[in-house]
Amino acid sequence: MLVWTRSGKAIVWTAFAVVFGLLVLLPFLVVIAAAFAGSWNGVLPSDLTGEHLRQALSGDELASLSVSLQTAFMGGLLAVLFGTWGAMAAHGSRFARAADAMHHLPIAVPSVVVGLGLLVAFSRQPVLLNGTKWIVVIAHLVLMVAFSYGTVAAALQRVDPSYADVAASLGASPARVLWRVRLPMLLPAISSAAGLSVALSMGEVGATIMVYPASWRTLPVSIFALTDRGQTFVAAAEAVVLLATTVVLVLILDRLRGRAAER
Amino acid sequence: MAVEALGATVVVSTPRRRDGRWLWVLPPLVLIGVLVVYPLVLVAIESIPAWGDVVGSAEFRDALVRTVQIAVSSTVGCLVVGTFLAVVISFVPFPGARVVAGLVDTMLALPSFLVALSFTFIYGTTGILRAGGFLTSPWAVVLAEVTFYTPFVMRPLLAAMSRLPRAQLDVAASLGAGPWRVLRQVVLPEVRPALVAGGGLTLLLTLNEFGIVLFLGAKGTTTLPMLVHTKGIVMFDYPGACAIAVVQIALSLGLYAVLRMALGGRRARLD
Repeated sequence: MLVWTRSGKAIVWTAFAVVFGLLVLLPFLVVIAAAFAGSWNGVLPSDLTGEHLRQALSGDELASLSVSLQTAFMGGLLAVLFGTWGAMAAHGSRFARAADAMHHLPIAVPSVVVGLGLLVAFSRQPVLLNGTKWIVVIAHLVLMVAFSYGTVAAALQRVDPSYADVAASLGASPARVLWRVRLPMLLPAISSAAGLSVALSMGEVGATIMVYPASWRTLPVSIFALTDRGQTFVAAAEAVVLLATTVVLVLILDRLRGRAAER
Repeated sequence: MAVEALGATVVVSTPRRRDGRWLWVLPPLVLIGVLVVYPLVLVAIESIPAWGDVVGSAEFRDALVRTVQIAVSSTVGCLVVGTFLAVVISFVPFPGARVVAGLVDTMLALPSFLVALSFTFIYGTTGILRAGGFLTSPWAVVLAEVTFYTPFVMRPLLAAMSRLPRAQLDVAASLGAGPWRVLRQVVLPEVRPALVAGGGLTLLLTLNEFGIVLFLGAKGTTTLPMLVHTKGIVMFDYPGACAIAVVQIALSLGLYAVLRMALGGRRARLD
């Protein structure tokens, strides 16, 4: 289409492989390789070992995984609930622009600042949350609401509103229209919002590091603590645990979406 | 068509439905109000006593300049690399190009600090390249951000390019235009909105980037988000952290507003 000669194509593809491989793909592969390496003093890692992974799955590190999962589920599910609610309620109403702007605020502002705000606001009366796990859950909720809202709002643009109108004109109550028509039509978007929320929540570091109490350390915070202490190989192993968990969770949510689409 | 036939009924049902409907929008807005707007207002109020000290300090000005430098360099890098990769995937397709495009989508959801973590193995003092000095320079941050944010430029570009009729390229080529000319005069003008959207989003995200800077821990590379963290958490200087946060908020929201206007009513997705 653009390059017609055989040699031209070969040159372009080689350049692509080099740029994509070295710049984009390599860093992720290096982390995975490092997780299983006993040492890395040359071009390739050496002394293959599962010891780092074992360390990453025991004691404090395992506790972090559990904390991350709980935070992702509580924060993520609430975020999907409120994000969907906000997008559906605002769609087509005169508050649409205001709701849009407010829901985009947590994305436009750095996550560190969102964290600082929560720290300042909830270290004082009337609501004291600083030092509890709830401030971490709230930070994740706030950030993920913005993404859920965006995903569902984009899907609403493509959904034909006449189905809901027809259902209503045939005598279905608003609750029935919501449950049997409007929500099922949005289900693919809602489940992809859930996948995105869980994935982003598992890897969130900016807001979390501002607000976390010692008793509620998420995986990324533990990984940072490990690199700070110089235990980079265990940190890489724990990053692999984080990646694997995220991929499994997203795949499960994707399966649910597939099933929803079949019905 | 059946739906249009029912038009009369639909119109009758609409006013009744409007009545209390706007009340439903309140709970999510109250949530955002209490958990985002109220805290940000408090940040602004807390920052007032520290304004003079912070804005005048060399530390703050250096961080501001460094933040903008890193964000602009990273965005330019992402645009160049992202455009090249997207053009190849779209117009010089190879077996497996779709897999690569899928991989790019997945990367959007990964945490950015993974890239920084890998750099300690690639460029660290005992790593593959043993370029220890590079790791503590701002260029390491720029390279890490180019790696991580290139997919953010590629996604809108790939979408725009898939909508571009292939025949246009073939016709231009059959009339004698070389690949460069086709690219410059046919492809790039068509995908310019996607370039602006992707580049704008990347600029915003790189201004706000924290994970990469934190993990690289570069001594000479302090950005505004990093300074907010240092002042707030390490030094317990809340007013100072708040003052820097206010500057960062103004910067980010200003850019965000400009982008929304530049992208106009097409509702280009900024999330």
